[in-house]
Amino acid sequence: MMRRWPTFLPIGVFAVLVCFFAWRLVLITRGDAPNLIPSVMIDKPAPAFDLPPLVLDRPGATGAALTGKVTLINFFSSWCIPCRAEHPLLIDLMNRSEIKGRLVLMGIDYKDKPEDGRGWLNRLSNPYEVIGMDRDGRVGIDFGVYGVPESYLIDRQGRIRYKQVGPFTPEDIQGKLLPLLAELSK
Amino acid sequence: MKLGALVLGLFLLLGTGGAALAVQPDEVLKDPAMEARARTLGRDLRCMVCQNQSIDDSDADLARDLRVLLRQRLVAGDTDEQAKQYLVDRYGDYVLLKPPFKTTTLVLWLGPGCLLLCGIWAAVMFYRRRSASGGPEGGQPLSEAERLRLKRLLSNDREG
Repeated sequence: MMRRWPTFLPIGVFAVLVCFFAWRLVLITRGDAPNLIPSVMIDKPAPAFDLPPLVLDRPGATGAALTGKVTLINFFSSWCIPCRAEHPLLIDLMNRSEIKGRLVLMGIDYKDKPEDGRGWLNRLSNPYEVIGMDRDGRVGIDFGVYGVPESYLIDRQGRIRYKQVGPFTPEDIQGKLLPLLAELSK
Repeated sequence: MKLGALVLGLFLLLGTGGAALAVQPDEVLKDPAMEARARTLGRDLRCMVCQNQSIDDSDADLARDLRVLLRQRLVAGDTDEQAKQYLVDRYGDYVLLKPPFKTTTLVLWLGPGCLLLCGIWAAVMFYRRRSASGGPEGGQPLSEAERLRLKRLLSNDREG
């Protein structure tokens, strides 16, 4: 019987690999894709920044505005296609009755021409309460942005609590953002 | 055979010499020594967008931004280590093409060696067992009758 084990070894290794791959696939369906790079910024204070306003009727984006309120910072750009898909979801989010007054949506127009960013918001409407322009992308680098859209949920103490890489989906908003928001606004 | 060697040589040549730098002339620093430091650092920093290229090799926008930022840090008086840490603070160890040796990367660094040792152990066990069981078939020694028959056959063969 002892001599048999080398025969079964490859089958055993194969079975282990199948289990591993199946496990990873299940994780991906739950939104934990291995190509999403975990952020080192989580639980750290948001970096300091002071960006000029993009539109006339809303203030620019500053780090000082973060404390005291729960804020969702959304890096977007007029040239970014996934941002366009995400945009109606952000409008929906801000129109929810349970959100009103409990969340500030801060937009940062990332590496964009100001007139393009303004045109984009004119066409698609503007859900952002404060909105700044990050023309050279330097604030983006300070946040660890490596593509748009990316969003950061900041708690009342000004710490980064959650990072969304890529556009929000309705599932992300329902399953991750809203529960965390409820916890943070207690 | 010669053709094979030629093709192999060609591939090796392309593989090593082919890495075209994406560093643009307007990014290059006036001080050659500082530029050389930036190049050495840039080779080991990952472009977060393309993920398997260094920022020096990548044409991505973010890679360019990081090259410019890196040079600004050096000009501002950062040491190589400080400039590197500046990016690690924002993008994590992932921005380093060579991961640091620490507890979270133990499996990464030691895993291949452990697998190799396992393989060597398995091979040693396999050959040891085979030689202990007396040859490839692992059979028993010949009986007296078989030995006589073999001898007869061999001698017949030689005469015939």
